[in-house]
Amino acid sequence: MTAFRFIKDCTRAAFTGGSPRFVAWVGSLFAVSLAGVWAYSYQLNHGLIVTGMSDQVSWGIYIANFTFLVGMAAAAVMLVIPAYIFHNQAARSVVLLAEGVAVAACIMCMLFVTVDLGQPLRFWHMIPGLGRLNWPQSMLAWDVIVLSGYLALNISIPWYITYQRYRGRKADIRVYFPAVLISIFWAISIHTVTAFLFIANPARPFWNTALLGPRFIASAFTAGPAFMVLAFRLIDRETSFKVDPKVMRLLALITAISLQINLFMVGVELFKEFYAPTAHSASAQFLFFGIGGENALVPWIWGALLIECIAVVILMVHKLRQNENLLAIACIFAIVGIWIEKGMGLIIPGFTPTPLGEVFGYFPTWTETLVSFGIWAIGFMVFTVLARVTIMIETGRLKLGTLGESQVLE
Amino acid sequence: MTESKNMTRRRLLQVLGIGSGAAATLTAASSKLGNEDLRMTMLDALGDMFQNHFKRMDKNEVQETLARMERKYAAQYQKDIKVSANGALPNTRYGYALNLSKCKGYRACVQACVAENNQSRDSEIQYIRVVELPHGTYNLEHGNHYYEGEVPKPDHTYFPIQCQQCDNPPCVQACPVEATWQEPDGIVVIDYDWCIGCRYCQAACPYWARKFNWNEPQIPVEEINPETHYLSNRPRPKGVMEKCTFCLHRVRQQRMPACQEACPTGARIFGNLLDPQSEIRQVLAHKNVFRLKEDLNTEPKFWYFTD
Repeated sequence: MTAFRFIKDCTRAAFTGGSPRFVAWVGSLFAVSLAGVWAYSYQLNHGLIVTGMSDQVSWGIYIANFTFLVGMAAAAVMLVIPAYIFHNQAARSVVLLAEGVAVAACIMCMLFVTVDLGQPLRFWHMIPGLGRLNWPQSMLAWDVIVLSGYLALNISIPWYITYQRYRGRKADIRVYFPAVLISIFWAISIHTVTAFLFIANPARPFWNTALLGPRFIASAFTAGPAFMVLAFRLIDRETSFKVDPKVMRLLALITAISLQINLFMVGVELFKEFYAPTAHSASAQFLFFGIGGENALVPWIWGALLIECIAVVILMVHKLRQNENLLAIACIFAIVGIWIEKGMGLIIPGFTPTPLGEVFGYFPTWTETLVSFGIWAIGFMVFTVLARVTIMIETGRLKLGTLGESQVLE
Repeated sequence: MTESKNMTRRRLLQVLGIGSGAAATLTAASSKLGNEDLRMTMLDALGDMFQNHFKRMDKNEVQETLARMERKYAAQYQKDIKVSANGALPNTRYGYALNLSKCKGYRACVQACVAENNQSRDSEIQYIRVVELPHGTYNLEHGNHYYEGEVPKPDHTYFPIQCQQCDNPPCVQACPVEATWQEPDGIVVIDYDWCIGCRYCQAACPYWARKFNWNEPQIPVEEINPETHYLSNRPRPKGVMEKCTFCLHRVRQQRMPACQEACPTGARIFGNLLDPQSEIRQVLAHKNVFRLKEDLNTEPKFWYFTD
């Protein structure tokens, strides 16, 4: 029954005894998520017609966020590899937090797919045996499997480690190392499969390029570590947990390299689309320059490339990168740039023009925007709670028997 | 394999039985109050929710489902709507050929299709898109989808596009829950009660043939076509895909699709590809036909030709 007590103690520790700033943070996330729930109930009642999507542009900001977040989930591997394979102590000290990011991102991915469904109550049609999962034919079926598996891996490894520590034992690496190895390959696979989901459609020439796979991985390893730099800095400031500066250097380096590889691949795509444009270049034309008056994405994509370039400069110049605030700006630019580029900048041009040559506008509605913010708020809440409990256990403040009936932490 | 799947499903239904037990208590209570309709409605709602995949239903289950559907439609539209589930006729594989020289862009096919197949009127779901192209190009990006006024306009051709009933359909491959498949007569169909509405098939289709019910479909009662089929023109719920089925309910009764019958210029030739005497076989044998986006290997059973 210790496991039960573990859950109880963790839950209690997560939600009690926070500082006023912590309460305000979680409280505002909760409020935003409630707004999202309200917007979603409105969408359920009226159907997806309350979104900006149409038969022409049949996926929008939900799938854009989903695609971006699969990358965030996969990026945890950038700390898992140095921590468990290269026994890098700095990475080791924060790897559980990185896995927390993966869990939160996975949950957000699942929520973003769910809110995009026309018939969410029929989700059981996907459960093998009860339903009819079209595996191995459908890439979406693959995605369901790899995402659930990745979520399970990223819950079970930290679970085992923190549970041992909670009981005052040392986690035995021989127990969890096989799971770590699997999770490394699995991390690459979730994002590769998500790329395949798009590549698999010859009907959509904009997506039907092998380069999408490597681009997804490079952009994931840009946005994920950049997010962790920001999150760890906040944790370092706001909690008693001190993040080793070596971690920040490692993450900044990974971001810097990945972002340049990503930009290189964007350049290759631009060359291919515009040196000898074919009928299949219309989507890129739409994205970068607009077609027939439809040019909503043009300022976004150029803005994204611009801030990504600024981020590269900051990250590559030693003096600039060492300035904490400039580093934070570079990370924000990298995240926002990638979010635009592989979110809306990937999904919408895939549908524009349609296979019948129609150029049709898409703009997310308030309902869609609120639902999206709601899901992000839920994700941040999940990460906050996981990080808080993990830190308590890591610092030895939450142990079996330390949490008395009425004892309040901090 | 199917056996074991059925077993699993039965087990689920047993589990769910606990939930439906509670519902049954409620319904029993309501029947004591003499409200037989309410009891029926609640049981039907449960039946709707846990309805099996069409291809996994046995004959009895199909009949029960059709009866439940007819009750539901009667309550919804105050009109008797018949739902059948006739299987494919033996030795049939349907194909379509369209004479582009004869098409004048009247869109009579579009109108007939909507009337026949009970598409939602307010969201204007249409299975056939006629694209107006200037002479000299078949590049659809130069086309006008929303042409108005008198047709045919000089120096323009009209290019009607609908589901090409691919023999190698990307939409079927894409569907994560096997809610869409190719029938033995070659028609790609959707189980509207199994589709989860993810719209991946819509992204996969190179012909823009699949349409989504973004809201609750609205059809004026007097315009509903009451002769329907489970796999084609029965009224659909919101949040699911639909598409052209070559009027499956008609062609399985040896009738022509509504678009073929409606075309005033005789541009549309429909028939059984397996019948060497059929008109479509004559067209394929003697006309210089082409298929749309043949480079994608989708193997459409829809051909275009000119005089």
